[in-house]
Amino acid sequence: MSVSRTYEEINEKIKSGKAVVLTADEVVELAEERGISYVAKNVDVVTTATFGAMCSSGAFLNFGHSDPPIKMGKIWLNDVPAYGGIAAVDAYIGATEMSETKPFEYGGAHVIEDLIAGKPIKLRATSYGTDCYPRTEIETYVTKDMLNQAYMFNPRNAYQNYPVAVNTSSRTIYTYLGTLLPRLGNAVYSSAGQLSPLLNDPYYRTIGVGTRIFLGGAAGYVAWEGTQHNPSVERNDKGIPVSGSGTLALIGDLKAMDRRYVRAAVMQRYGVTLYVGVGIPIPVLDEDMAERVCVRDEDIHTSVVDYSVPNRSRPVLGRVTYKDLRSGAIELNGNRIPTVPLSSLSKAREIAEELKGWVQSGQMLLQEPVQQLPREQATKPLEIVDLEEINNG
Amino acid sequence: MARCRVVLTFPPDKVRHPVAYHLVKDYGLKINILRARVDLNEEGKLLIEIENHDNASIQNGLQYARDLGVTVELVDRELQWDEDECIHCGSCTAVCRSEALSIGAPDWRLKLDKQKCTACGLCVGACPVKVIRIDF
Repeated sequence: MSVSRTYEEINEKIKSGKAVVLTADEVVELAEERGISYVAKNVDVVTTATFGAMCSSGAFLNFGHSDPPIKMGKIWLNDVPAYGGIAAVDAYIGATEMSETKPFEYGGAHVIEDLIAGKPIKLRATSYGTDCYPRTEIETYVTKDMLNQAYMFNPRNAYQNYPVAVNTSSRTIYTYLGTLLPRLGNAVYSSAGQLSPLLNDPYYRTIGVGTRIFLGGAAGYVAWEGTQHNPSVERNDKGIPVSGSGTLALIGDLKAMDRRYVRAAVMQRYGVTLYVGVGIPIPVLDEDMAERVCVRDEDIHTSVVDYSVPNRSRPVLGRVTYKDLRSGAIELNGNRIPTVPLSSLSKAREIAEELKGWVQSGQMLLQEPVQQLPREQATKPLEIVDLEEINNG
Repeated sequence: MARCRVVLTFPPDKVRHPVAYHLVKDYGLKINILRARVDLNEEGKLLIEIENHDNASIQNGLQYARDLGVTVELVDRELQWDEDECIHCGSCTAVCRSEALSIGAPDWRLKLDKQKCTACGLCVGACPVKVIRIDF
């Protein structure tokens, strides 16, 4: 007999405290013991999570108006430039922007973490002055409680999958994935594998615009497809993309976040980035979704890519599974390469557990997407062209 | 059991001298070479861990090295890892050649084995959230 559940039915069970909620790790164990049909019949929600470096993150802030007021043009937060080209006292602080006084040490990500921690942030802004906004400069301090709005808006988070980085050259290279040792000295991977949100819903049936999620310790939403959302890449026999593919744009209230789940980071000789904790509850709507959420590390392949080639298209040297990566070493053309994780599996598990508690207690209900994410679409490169080429089509 | 870590710095004219051999043979010291940089006709450096049941033998051995013109610096650098602030990503293990830092199943939390650590300091730069320091 086929099983099916609606969002309404699942939410009713959550409200009455009867929903069966498991993490994506737990449901794999259950499926191994009792099979996928048992999961489909007995499990309502599966919580997925990831805690990784997500450069494409930032926050919108509204400072309120000073007296006399200023139309902030150039804005700095703890000496980190923020974008001020939106109205008078709105700003966007990007995670990877670096401090003008302490580059490679402090940046937008640190401003975000410090705001969440409740620390005072030095705000400095300049302007040209107008009749309605006569002030031309301001220097003051703000905390998150003093801001009107502070919401994280991350254009690209929760990559569905990500390549494994290696280095075939003879020198150490420093990348956004960390330090890559020469002559295939290590292999760095960054997905949470079987626990990762979009790997548990590979065709975006339940994760779409409007999905309610865990973002940085607070409730948030999927706002849109993420930038560089690229669902049309090659997939394996389980429908899992074998390299970077789907992405999500996420939004959530920074004021309600917890710095346990949002941490600023510095990648040596690369720059600043932000570790973001994302958790997504997935409804087990039917057998198909049950099968999806029971995906295991050994079912998920990813590509091994040579980051020593400084081109847009880097050579793919092989394909491995997350089970291989989690074993501590991979084999590549007869070489044994130690593997190094970049995202934190222990933190991801903590988030999946926390989110499980939220759903079990009724603190978070499931939201059906109001719009599906694109399932077919390729990412375009940036070509260097002259105007005539465009005008001539 | 007495134990210490020292950096021996050899002037260019002494790099050919088998100091480690004499520390073992003449002073009965157990030596573990943790790092070495030795090039002919250039200054050489050796980071070694020395063990003996009696501290006096260690001191005598080190005095022998000093008398040869080798500079002896006691290393009391030790890695300081703030476990509570650590996000347990595992990035630092990429550069830890001594395998003092490790991460893996079942809990995927970072582990530090101070016995294996050579205090090389590479992890300090590799740690994204700056929770590893080396104190002097």
